Amino acid sequence: MTSVNQYALEVNNLAVEFTTYGGTVKAVRDVSFKLRKGTTLAIVGESGCGKSVTVQSLMGLIPMPPGKITSGSALLDGEEILGLKTERLNQYRGKRLGMIFQDAMSALNPTMTIGNQIAETLIVHRAMDKKTAWVEVLELLALTQISEPARRARQYPFEFSGGMLQRVMIAMSLACKPDVLIADEPTTALDVTIQAQILNLLRNLQEKQGLSIILITHDLGVVARMAHDVAVMYAGQIVETGSVDDIFYRSSHPYTVGLKEAMPSNKTVEQELRVIAGSPPDLFAPPEGCGFYARCMYAMKVCEKNSPPIFGNHHGARCWLHHANAPAHILQQSLKDPTN
Amino acid sequence: MIIEAKQLRKYFTIAKGQIVHAVDDVSVGIQEHEVLGLVGESGSGKTTFGKTLIGLHDKTAGEVIYKGRVLPAHYKAEDFKNQAREIQIIFQDPYSSLNPRMTIGEIIAEGIVIRDQCSLASVRDRVVYWLERVGLHSDHLSRYPHEFSGGQRQRVGIARALIVEPKLLVCDEPISALDVSVQAQVVKLLDELKSSMGLSMLFIAHDLSMVRYISDRMAVMYLGSLIELGSADAVYFAPKHPYTQLLVKSNPEPDPEYERQRSDALIQGEILSPINLKPSCRFAGRCPLVQARCLEERPLLREVAPGHLVACHLV
Ligand SMILES: Nc1ncnc2c1ncn2[C@@H]1O[C@H](COP(=O)(O)OP(=O)(O)OP(=O)(O)O)[C@@H](O)[C@H]1O
Ligand SMILES: Nc1ncnc2c1ncn2[C@@H]1O[C@H](COP(=O)(O)OP(=O)(O)OP(=O)(O)O)[C@@H](O)[C@H]1O
Ligand code: SF4
Ligand code: SF4
Ligand SMILES: [Mg+2]
Ligand SMILES: [Mg+2]
Repeated sequence: MTSVNQYALEVNNLAVEFTTYGGTVKAVRDVSFKLRKGTTLAIVGESGCGKSVTVQSLMGLIPMPPGKITSGSALLDGEEILGLKTERLNQYRGKRLGMIFQDAMSALNPTMTIGNQIAETLIVHRAMDKKTAWVEVLELLALTQISEPARRARQYPFEFSGGMLQRVMIAMSLACKPDVLIADEPTTALDVTIQAQILNLLRNLQEKQGLSIILITHDLGVVARMAHDVAVMYAGQIVETGSVDDIFYRSSHPYTVGLKEAMPSNKTVEQELRVIAGSPPDLFAPPEGCGFYARCMYAMKVCEKNSPPIFGNHHGARCWLHHANAPAHILQQSLKDPTN
Repeated sequence: MIIEAKQLRKYFTIAKGQIVHAVDDVSVGIQEHEVLGLVGESGSGKTTFGKTLIGLHDKTAGEVIYKGRVLPAHYKAEDFKNQAREIQIIFQDPYSSLNPRMTIGEIIAEGIVIRDQCSLASVRDRVVYWLERVGLHSDHLSRYPHEFSGGQRQRVGIARALIVEPKLLVCDEPISALDVSVQAQVVKLLDELKSSMGLSMLFIAHDLSMVRYISDRMAVMYLGSLIELGSADAVYFAPKHPYTQLLVKSNPEPDPEYERQRSDALIQGEILSPINLKPSCRFAGRCPLVQARCLEERPLLREVAPGHLVACHLV
């Protein structure tokens, strides 16, 4: 090992709540994961399961109030970053930890040229003078495969297509040479041909610059293409973690299995679409027991009232079926035991 | 044909001399009891086509024929009222399309209450029937939209549209805003309703993988034009237009081993702006097979195999 820390980012027992007029939303409950240096960790899960809130708390972007980080720690290359004061926060946010958002259009200033927006970042964060900044702007645009950077830099956001805007966002977050890049659904709004370009770009950057990436998506196809490791989230918790092959070929949580089956594949001529019945639980009153209980075809008595711990280590699943006393035949039939 | 668009155009003028060619000469029909899937990337004109087809936008040019009758180029309030019995739409966004001040029961009943000038109480049974039909419960009647998840709201939208027993249903991305696991539920539900009610449907989506399960035929749109049209299986498993081929090929597969083996033949280039388009192939800027001719002449949709139409000079 070349460096002291194996992990670019290590999150432990993170919990986040929002106080609203309707009650308290337990958006993130006891989330832990590790991002290995130079690799991509994908966080997958349904809408509202807490993916964005998880990464927003790392960036110090949770509005407080109504939000509150009630517990947890996050180590960026060994250094605690949760609960920092704004001043200290600004020293790593954007610089060591960059972020790109789902909706590139609204994250950019419509009245300023693309070039000037990137230049501003460079002038503020890397103390460059205007001239050097502009040279760097053109390099960044070229790096993110924007054709004719010199002309494009003088244009405004509305003159760019969605795919190009997303590349501008990537250029902007790379401006400060971050170690870790968080990409929150960077391609959801784009057509798959443009999506392929963006994903490829991210992968090239990782190879060239050793970038560590957290990729949030609900598309298992994107996960399969990009991820080294995966965390599957459901109702505010991580329900399964492991290498990408663990998650796809040795799925250990019933939700992961259901998600995989509901995902249409291009390769098969299969006519039937499989579904997971029911809908995710209400996070105002998260279930006492397993979050997936109401929809789980394997649910047992114990699951209703008792929240399962994570069984397994490198590959772990939050499900009672992996308890030593659970009926073994289910595991043999359709689920894999992560502890083996 | 239950409905047919003939050389339909819808342009938006956004500034002096800046014209968005949102729908640019589209001709396509939907048969009785048929589901036509319409796919294409964001901004390709799918919503505009769906809305123009049923009169929610004035037509710039071309016409729409419904059951042998030409629909008005510009709708008056009367026209919408008459049409509502036969044609319904489910909107793209399940969050903003339900009135937050109305109960679920009122929302679903609205169509027949207005049409038949009757009271809410008198149609309660039908509302309950439809609630249950889409997988909700009768005790949901008096609840408000904000108490429901996206998938449940989309079901309310479906019940609201179907209670008037329309002949034609336009579904504008009814699944894009939903959770992965709920998307499949809604597609299955619509598929069942189609068979049991003999509905005809225009089903809009931005990727092919889910739509193919419900569509009989599929149309692919690119920058305001139809570029391929054929049976769902033909378009999906044997696409002929270079864009459709890339669309199908680029779709990431939920299979890491397969993805590791993938040879990366990526397309380069950008999507053209839909403003003030020139007479060229709309895909020319990104097409790996582009020729001089493609830049000067817009390819027309031609039948290249029985029932399979493609707009490309090389096919
Ligand atoms: N500012 C806020 N106030 C109250 N609740 C919030 C706030 N932000 C997020 N939440 C709640 O926290 C939960 C998790 O939201 P989050 O945005 O992390 O979901 P997500 O997994 O990113 O979903 P999506 O795939 O739709 O982006 C949701 O139930 C959401 O309603
Ligand atoms: N009212 C309007 N005024 C001006 N331009 C418009 C209007 N409505 C749509 N457009 C433009 O027309 C084009 C087609 O838009 P449309 O919404 O039909 O696309 P779409 O295929 O439905 O996209 P999405 O997948 O994002 O819903 C876009 O360039 C859009 O910006
Ligand atoms: S703990 Fe029980 S309910 Fe939860 S996923 Fe496992 S078997 Fe299903
Ligand atoms: S007409 Fe030319 S540019 Fe257009 S798709 Fe065919 S080969 Fe490509
Ligand atoms: Mg999110
Ligand atoms: Mg649309």
